[in-house]
Amino acid sequence: MSFSKIKFDKKIVLSFWIILIALIIAAPTLLPVFRLNLLGRYLSLSIVALGVDLIWGYTGLLSLGQGIFFALGGYCAAMYLQITSSSEFPNNIPEFFALYGVEKLPFFWEPFRSPIFTFFAIWIIPALVAGLIGFLVFRNRIKGVYFSILTQASLLVFFNFFNGQQKLINGTNGLKTDVTQLFGQMVGSESMQRIFFWITAILVIAAWFFAKWVVKGRFGNILIGIRDDEPRVRFTGYNPVIFKTIIFSIAGGLAGISGALYTVQSGIVSPQFMTVPFSIEMVIWVAVGGRGTLLGAILGAVFINYAKSLVSEALPASWMFIQGGLFILVVTALPEGVLGWIQGDGPRNLLQRFGLKRKIETYPSLEVNNNEGNNG
Amino acid sequence: MELLLDSLFNGVAIGSVLLVAALGLAIVFGLMGVINLAHGELMMLGAYTTYVTQLIFKLPILKPFYNSYIIVSIFLAFIVSGVVGILLEKTIIRKLYGSPLETLLATWGVSLILQQFVRSVPLAYGTGLVISLLIALFLPTIFPLKIKESINFKYYKFSTWIFAALTGVLTGSLISSSVSKLSRASARNVDVTAPSWMRGQVEIIGTTFPKTRLMIIVITLISVIAITLFLNQSAWGMRIRAVTQNRQMSDCLGISTEKVDIITFGIGSGLAGVAGVAVSLLGSVGPNVGGNYIVGCFMVVVLGGVGNLLGTVFASFGIGIMTDLIGAGRLLSIWPDMPLPLSNTINFFATTSMARVMIFALIVIFLQFKPTGLFPQKGRMVEN
Repeated sequence: MSFSKIKFDKKIVLSFWIILIALIIAAPTLLPVFRLNLLGRYLSLSIVALGVDLIWGYTGLLSLGQGIFFALGGYCAAMYLQITSSSEFPNNIPEFFALYGVEKLPFFWEPFRSPIFTFFAIWIIPALVAGLIGFLVFRNRIKGVYFSILTQASLLVFFNFFNGQQKLINGTNGLKTDVTQLFGQMVGSESMQRIFFWITAILVIAAWFFAKWVVKGRFGNILIGIRDDEPRVRFTGYNPVIFKTIIFSIAGGLAGISGALYTVQSGIVSPQFMTVPFSIEMVIWVAVGGRGTLLGAILGAVFINYAKSLVSEALPASWMFIQGGLFILVVTALPEGVLGWIQGDGPRNLLQRFGLKRKIETYPSLEVNNNEGNNG
Repeated sequence: MELLLDSLFNGVAIGSVLLVAALGLAIVFGLMGVINLAHGELMMLGAYTTYVTQLIFKLPILKPFYNSYIIVSIFLAFIVSGVVGILLEKTIIRKLYGSPLETLLATWGVSLILQQFVRSVPLAYGTGLVISLLIALFLPTIFPLKIKESINFKYYKFSTWIFAALTGVLTGSLISSSVSKLSRASARNVDVTAPSWMRGQVEIIGTTFPKTRLMIIVITLISVIAITLFLNQSAWGMRIRAVTQNRQMSDCLGISTEKVDIITFGIGSGLAGVAGVAVSLLGSVGPNVGGNYIVGCFMVVVLGGVGNLLGTVFASFGIGIMTDLIGAGRLLSIWPDMPLPLSNTINFFATTSMARVMIFALIVIFLQFKPTGLFPQKGRMVEN
């Protein structure tokens, strides 16, 4: 990946922000509820994509198990909603427990009666789980494809566990949220969905700034160092295990938030969130958008999911071919992703090929932006 | 004692499926450091090959030989999956050499395409496509040297491609017209019925044992012996071992690493096909059949360590026996008056899916002590 990225003009950045904020404010009135709900869901997915970008794009850890943390966040949110709106059911516990003859709320769900606890649990529990898994794996210097396989296996383990435990978490059926109540309103109602859309949009921007802050400065440099040459980072005196564990649990926390937002907007959380394909899909959003460019992750998540829903509506069978082709294409032909290509030398190379731009013999920083100096 | 023996047999049966499935993966991973996520789909192709072979052997001409179809399909599955694997290596994996994570993603893409291919293309034409691939890939290699070196070689090659395409279409339509079950695409699962001599059970030291399970153990045994002989006795096997140990040095000594890669990948994929035959005997065959086994295979590779077949063998039988011990709750029947909290815990894990949870936890604990698996490759590099 090249470090010589074009700095965008301030005016362009400003107008981009104005357009973005205007779109977020206008979207609920412009779009029909169905599409707005889809957009809200895809925006919430872009938060988990940001996490994937942090660990894969910046640190070089390809996790195929982000679905674990995504689903954990979702389950926390859904269980809180189910418990708070279960007053008319027997024993004051969610309805499904009665089906399996459970009369008392399992002890680990007790704290979820409190909204404040749930608010923190949504991101702290996934972050802790991620930190634990990450620490156990990184401690032994397991990396590369081994790491990917182990994350995938742990994903499968969580899937099996959640799928099999009817008495604790309603197994395969998952937890429904759309008929539950929050602040006296139905979660699935139109007005609530609109509020959730705004919350999601704000949180995406907040998460983006947070991720930018994480990769800025020394911490970010060490992450990139780990990606490019881990032994050298270790020999310089840093302990990569700590940095990798921290960034992995940050990504886990982001995934949890994302999962909670996705759950309240899709109306259900189930072990389907922890299937293997879904977690790999998260990686492809980032790969297409451009890894190592945080904005690329957001755009990739939104656009690919939107494309997916459009294609699946029109030609259901062809999406698998397109998705498979996308995986192969982006890896072989466009390894930097779309945004990485635009920010890098892609457009210049293209223009040069058609003879529209002068060839650069030395370095772009010397010949093109020589009045700005190099951007080191 | 009898219970223990029962458990051992079942464990060996589960382990042998894992072993034959993980064998190819382990060899490829050892040589190229590449994790092939499409391995499960290559298994699926092998399983479908068994199905197609079975239906073709029901045709009047081949009916007398029907009972031997399973033997034939082992070879055919090896060829079909091997050819697809070689194509995969030649078109995608070779380009991504040195970036294993990217290879992982690309092979996932391939697996999606293969799954959908089986769903939306009639199996007859799929067979035709494989045949034309086989001709197009292999016919040019057996041309005499005189033709290979002539200036017009590309025209010869071009005409082979056309010949291959024609043969493919011809066989495709031939099969499609003679076997009606193969002429339509369907996403539904299909069933392979074992020939009559493989049905029923046998008695070994007091315990009954299904013959299909025995057949799978035999297939596994033959595959392991064949691959061990190949790697240790043949010239190409020696080259493969050399490249696995030190790629650059082997390259310097004049070994064509490119050819070694193709051969290894072909054999690894072919073994996946053989595993597919074994899997088809166990249950129904569908586009997702590979996905059920693939993570187990990865665990075998991680547990066994890289570049050593012995590790793969031990790991798969270990996982197999543990799966049976935990999943069937056998510890309870072996030791009936166990203290209550312990027996409750064992009961909690006594299902197939919960056994997987337990085994994964055990593997992670094991990796804390031996991070490079049972039989690691020795070396003094910073990496690995």
